[in-house]
Amino acid sequence: MTTTLEPAAGPTTDAQATRERIASLLQSYGAAIVLVILLVLGSIAFPTFATGSNFANVLTQSSFLLIVGAGMTFVILTGGIDLSVGSVFALGGVLAAFGSTYGIVGALLFPLIVCGAIGAVQGLLVAYAGMAPFIVTLAGLLGVRGLVLAATDGGSTTPLISDPAVVNLGQGAVFGIHWPVFIAIVVVVVGSVLLARTRGGQSVLAVGGSESASTLMGLPVARVKFSVYVVSGLCAGLAGALNAAYSSSGVPTVGVGLELNAISAVVIGGTLLVGGRGNLVGTVAGVLLLSVIQNLINQVGSLNSSVQAVVSGAFLAIVVIIQTVLSRTQRL
Amino acid sequence: MDAPAASPANTDVPVLEARGVTKRFAGVTALSDVTFSVRPGESLALMGENGAGKSTLIKVLTGVYQPDDGELFLHGEVTSFARPLDAQKSGVSTIYQEVNLVPLMSVAQNIYLGREPRSRLGLIDFRRMYSDARALLNEYGIEVDVRRPLRTLALGVQQMVALARAVSINASVVIMDEPTSSLEAREVETLFRVIGLLRARGIAIIYVSHRMDEIYRVCETVTVLRDGHVVHVGSLHDLPRMELVSMMLGRSVEKVRRGGVTEFTDANESDAPPVLVADDLSRKHQIDGISLVIRPGEVVGLGGLLGSGRSETLKGLSGVMQLDRGSVSIDGKTVRSGSVPAAIRAGIVMLPEDRKSEGIVPNLSVRDNIVLAALPKLSRAGFTSKRKQDAVVDVFIKRLHIKVSSPDQIVSELSGGNQQKVMIARWLAMTPKVLLLDEPTRGIDVGAKAEVQSLIDELAHEGLAIVLVSSEVEEVVEGSARVIVLRDGSIETELRGDDVDEQSLLAALAGDSSAGAGAVTPGATTTANPDEFPTKADA
Ligand SMILES: Nc1ncnc2c1ncn2[C@@H]1O[C@H](COP(=O)(O)OP(=O)(O)OP(=O)(O)O)[C@@H](O)[C@H]1O
Ligand SMILES: [Mg+2]
Repeated sequence: MTTTLEPAAGPTTDAQATRERIASLLQSYGAAIVLVILLVLGSIAFPTFATGSNFANVLTQSSFLLIVGAGMTFVILTGGIDLSVGSVFALGGVLAAFGSTYGIVGALLFPLIVCGAIGAVQGLLVAYAGMAPFIVTLAGLLGVRGLVLAATDGGSTTPLISDPAVVNLGQGAVFGIHWPVFIAIVVVVVGSVLLARTRGGQSVLAVGGSESASTLMGLPVARVKFSVYVVSGLCAGLAGALNAAYSSSGVPTVGVGLELNAISAVVIGGTLLVGGRGNLVGTVAGVLLLSVIQNLINQVGSLNSSVQAVVSGAFLAIVVIIQTVLSRTQRL
Repeated sequence: MDAPAASPANTDVPVLEARGVTKRFAGVTALSDVTFSVRPGESLALMGENGAGKSTLIKVLTGVYQPDDGELFLHGEVTSFARPLDAQKSGVSTIYQEVNLVPLMSVAQNIYLGREPRSRLGLIDFRRMYSDARALLNEYGIEVDVRRPLRTLALGVQQMVALARAVSINASVVIMDEPTSSLEAREVETLFRVIGLLRARGIAIIYVSHRMDEIYRVCETVTVLRDGHVVHVGSLHDLPRMELVSMMLGRSVEKVRRGGVTEFTDANESDAPPVLVADDLSRKHQIDGISLVIRPGEVVGLGGLLGSGRSETLKGLSGVMQLDRGSVSIDGKTVRSGSVPAAIRAGIVMLPEDRKSEGIVPNLSVRDNIVLAALPKLSRAGFTSKRKQDAVVDVFIKRLHIKVSSPDQIVSELSGGNQQKVMIARWLAMTPKVLLLDEPTRGIDVGAKAEVQSLIDELAHEGLAIVLVSSEVEEVVEGSARVIVLRDGSIETELRGDDVDEQSLLAALAGDSSAGAGAVTPGATTTANPDEFPTKADA
């Protein structure tokens, strides 16, 4: 007994520590591993899969969901949930189309301000009024969709984007890769640094890990919770605006069910649904995984989109089961 | 630091003071008109029985609760803390009764949350954070990988991390609410050393504990709370222990003395046929070849140091831990090993060591928490009889002096010690044949401790077999008819009859087999190492 403070004898703790480390790595990078496997298998099976243009296509498809998922990751890390992102995404698109008459600045600033404000209202209700995130953002989902419809004559008109600079923001490309992909990468990098390397980011993890402990340790719990909903609102608005630029119109019916895709991607990426642990790299893997599955199913051709939903659903179920098993391994 | 010297700074203005503080919860007044102060360098014991209001006072002093009435003063000036953060910024640092850290985050992150060292770019400098954390913990003699998630560490280490966090905040007052309730003897020594260092720096200490020995060692002044009122303020040295206890309990000294503080009568060795026979219990790296025979009415103590396999033996007996080898039988019938339901059906029940995380259902009422495990026994054809439940619950609330406004009160609203009593009541309500008790009196006040001990005694007289594990040598010795001493996972020796006394047990713990003349020593090969002595002997 050299140190009193370590539990029991050496060998058990060593083996256990190794097992825990593996479990923890799997939990964080499992999605990335599966993604690589799918990419390899897909390339072997379908000659049209491993082409530059197809990959570029997958990336563009992923970029909007990735930006939404980045914001969602912050919310889920605090132990919350944001169901409003699909509606906010649509609102962002419509507002970008309206704002595009003032050029690129209007097309971005207008949706960001409004969607950020919507996030702020939800954040206030959750953080300071102590309401349940599920209820608050469910109201957001319904209410914001209502706003979108109101702004577009009940969804019957689709505001178009004519400013070429704005359209170029969505459709322009460098090396065959569209701008939204680069913007998504910037969002993820900035988000990752915020999360892992700033006090604010650590507070997000702490609040999700144990809210009561965070309060007693003197962390600004309410401010942290408020902030993540603002971030999520901003991300959803930005993604909506970029999607509108990409399709050169603010379609009022887009984004239905997007919140579920975003949540799936975050959870598949290894972020605990109860909060406290996870990262944006995992979310990137989760988003890409969902997109690649969709793409592979399209490659088969004969299968329709309902099969894709079944596969994604099954995938999510498996991931959640594995996560549960893994976190048990670590607790023992 | 053994004899706390009265530091000259004691004449200064109080660092922290409360005047006329009142705090009400629905149904109870937890604090009423409390006036309280602590001076620089003073170490103050805040005493009182379970539910007296100690934790509530601390939470008022640190901004967790707002007082309904009264004022706080910091360095002589009126202040108020809207949040714990404000208190921390003003130099009031606290270790709360519940370990309050984030289990998923690393040791270092927990120590520096909210004040991480940053590089010039404003980003957290992890390398510095890790080395700072390591240096800080080393200063207090703790060797641990600071990158490990906190939840992978033993409870005692977690408590030390909380301590490190509290003292590393530039504090002028450090408040500790039962800091030793999950510490081992050696960790307690470390804690005392830290307290000595802090006092030398002129930092005031507010110390809450139910362990009298500690209070007298560490503190120089005392404030006694009873039912939310301050009933005594003064120096601790000229206050006899009995008098302190009598003030806490609100009974006369004579009554307390007659009641005794530890109330075990001599539990007899019995020669009835054994109720429990355990043979060759083994699990790799934990326990090795443990065999026990226990008869009805016997109280058998398990002695041993940290890591000697005491708790593991209980876990093996109760099916909580899978065994590699060995069998347990009750009344001659073998119990399926590694299954808690099977053990409970056979009549083996264990009160776990870590009751905070392993048992309380925080949102249920006191009644439901007590009858939870006994429900099958109290119901017929799936219907529970409320009358029977109430009778059982009533008995335990009275017997253990559980302080509740009604049996329907939510258990998480109870004070820490009263939650422990609820847990004890739950296991006792199951009317088992063999009761395994791991640290049964941890965290409960002297009055209730005596009650629990006499209850154990009474149950033994009724024919219950009891296995008792306690890190308090006194408790093991006074409670048990014989003591089995474990070392490195196997039985080192057994003390019987007249050999069951503190000296022999301490000697046996240290591996000195010659201590008790009658000690049976089945091939003890371990070399004695007096360094591993638990230094808890100044009774
Ligand atoms: N949140 C709450 N709601 C209702 N009642 C409460 C709450 N917190 C404490 N109480 C009550 O206030 C009284 C004082 O509790 P407190 O926790 O301060 O006791 P304590 O002196 O710390 O006891 P212990 O030694 O058991 O920790 C108890 O009767 C308790 O039931
Ligand atoms: Mg308390």
